Amino acid sequence: MIHAATPYLAAFRARWQTTMRYRAAALAGFVTQCWWGVINIMIYAAFYHGAHDAAGTAPLGLHQTVTYVWIMQGTLALMPWSCDPEIADAVRSGAVAHDLLRPIDLWWWWSCRATARILGRLVPRALLIVAFAGLVLPLAGLGAWALRPPASLPDAALFAVSILMGLALSASIVVLLNIVTVRTLSPAGGSAVITPLALILSGNLLPLALFPGAVQTLLILQPFAGLGDLPCRFWLGTLHGGRAVLALGQQAAWIAALTMIGRASLRRTLHRLEIQGG
Amino acid sequence: MNGFALWRRYARASLSGQTRYPGAFLMQMAGHLATTLMGFAAIWVLFHRFGTVRGWTVGQVALFYGLVNIEFALTETIGYGFERFGDDFLRTGAFDRLLLRPRWTVLQLLGHQFRLRPLARLAQGAAILALGLAMTPVRPLLFTLPMMLWAIAGGVAFFLGVLIGQAALSFRTIESLEIVNVLTYGGVEAGQYPFDLYARWFRQLMTYAIPLGAVSYEPMLAILGRSPHPMAATLAPAAGFAFLAIMLLYWQAAVRRHASTGN
Repeated sequence: MIHAATPYLAAFRARWQTTMRYRAAALAGFVTQCWWGVINIMIYAAFYHGAHDAAGTAPLGLHQTVTYVWIMQGTLALMPWSCDPEIADAVRSGAVAHDLLRPIDLWWWWSCRATARILGRLVPRALLIVAFAGLVLPLAGLGAWALRPPASLPDAALFAVSILMGLALSASIVVLLNIVTVRTLSPAGGSAVITPLALILSGNLLPLALFPGAVQTLLILQPFAGLGDLPCRFWLGTLHGGRAVLALGQQAAWIAALTMIGRASLRRTLHRLEIQGG
Repeated sequence: MNGFALWRRYARASLSGQTRYPGAFLMQMAGHLATTLMGFAAIWVLFHRFGTVRGWTVGQVALFYGLVNIEFALTETIGYGFERFGDDFLRTGAFDRLLLRPRWTVLQLLGHQFRLRPLARLAQGAAILALGLAMTPVRPLLFTLPMMLWAIAGGVAFFLGVLIGQAALSFRTIESLEIVNVLTYGGVEAGQYPFDLYARWFRQLMTYAIPLGAVSYEPMLAILGRSPHPMAATLAPAAGFAFLAIMLLYWQAAVRRHASTGN
């Protein structure tokens, strides 16, 4: 069993180490995210302050929305932005044939690489954002703009579980994007479709709870909610009991579904794949 | 061949290249259209819930949103060579080839790629702007139309200046230049809303130090007839050209100092 997992762990470790080398990129990402967070917070604050009865108009309070913005900025790397860039290069050059020659399960191989890359980008950025929004801002007297800690310890634990599921979900979407790249020969198309969907439907652009009440159920059931909105709800402590179980079940179900779709379409794609030259 | 004819030839070659993979291209356009559409959908949802923001209506915000998106989309169409300069020209040594040609480097980089993808953002911006104009009373067409074109010209100059500045910075470092995104994509994000929503330090920084407000907020105030200083607001887009001029000087200085490693 351990033996069988070795190549996948090696792929994970290699990708994680490569990604962690890009410290300057992480720093640049952190500054960009802070800037974004600040702009968004000023806009939300303007909307909330203008409302006669903010508590009646919005299901989230301003400080909850501010916390939501920071969590979203901190976990931006969790979004399935595009297929694995190395695989896009390999598809163009034909080197993807090497991956096919390996005596491994290609879906798991790609999934491990994707997970490691997302995690390697996520961890440094998230830690920096938490330090800035959770510690620096309150110390600087900007408590109203700060990231508040999770509502309670169990909520924090549920948040951790939910964010890990978000990671698995994101990796399974990245593998789907890899497959689309193998089919269309260009990585641009797939990511151009997925990026906007992920940004709006994960709640990154706007907390899903602020959307009109009529579409709430739909929004919570769709797969991208698991990339950000559901973890945020756990952090804010707005999911309890049956709804919490449902949220986690929703995430698990989408991971299973996307995995199955990915494995099936990978099989079909490889079946009719043609590699030119050699 | 004059510079413009040469640029047109560059553009034609680049257009035929981009439509070579039609499947990926169509998905890209669809995705981009959706991105910008959703950007405004989010604003619409906020107005749906809150009604107004500091007295601004959704139709007025649509005008700011449309204007800044049109400005940035046009810039992205022509400015891609500068956006990719560090990675695609400097790191690879391809810039040496540009230096050997008897043409201005800026012209060659403008011609590097005439991108179709931003046209989706352009279409979206224009549609939202039209929506805003239909929902909001503005000054007479005789003032609004030339003012709008003047603002767009200033906005393109401003964003192009940012991209040229980014390219010139890459002579120093090609790492972490994504930070310039706070001015490009971040600029679009900020320019989509009227500036009086923002904190004072932010507003002043983004109007006087970095003239984003001068090419988006101020001219639109003039068009809405709400500017406290209508004359200054009418002239404000000139700041975009001044910014571009400074960045071009910086670029020229950086190119002059540049010593290639010889590839």
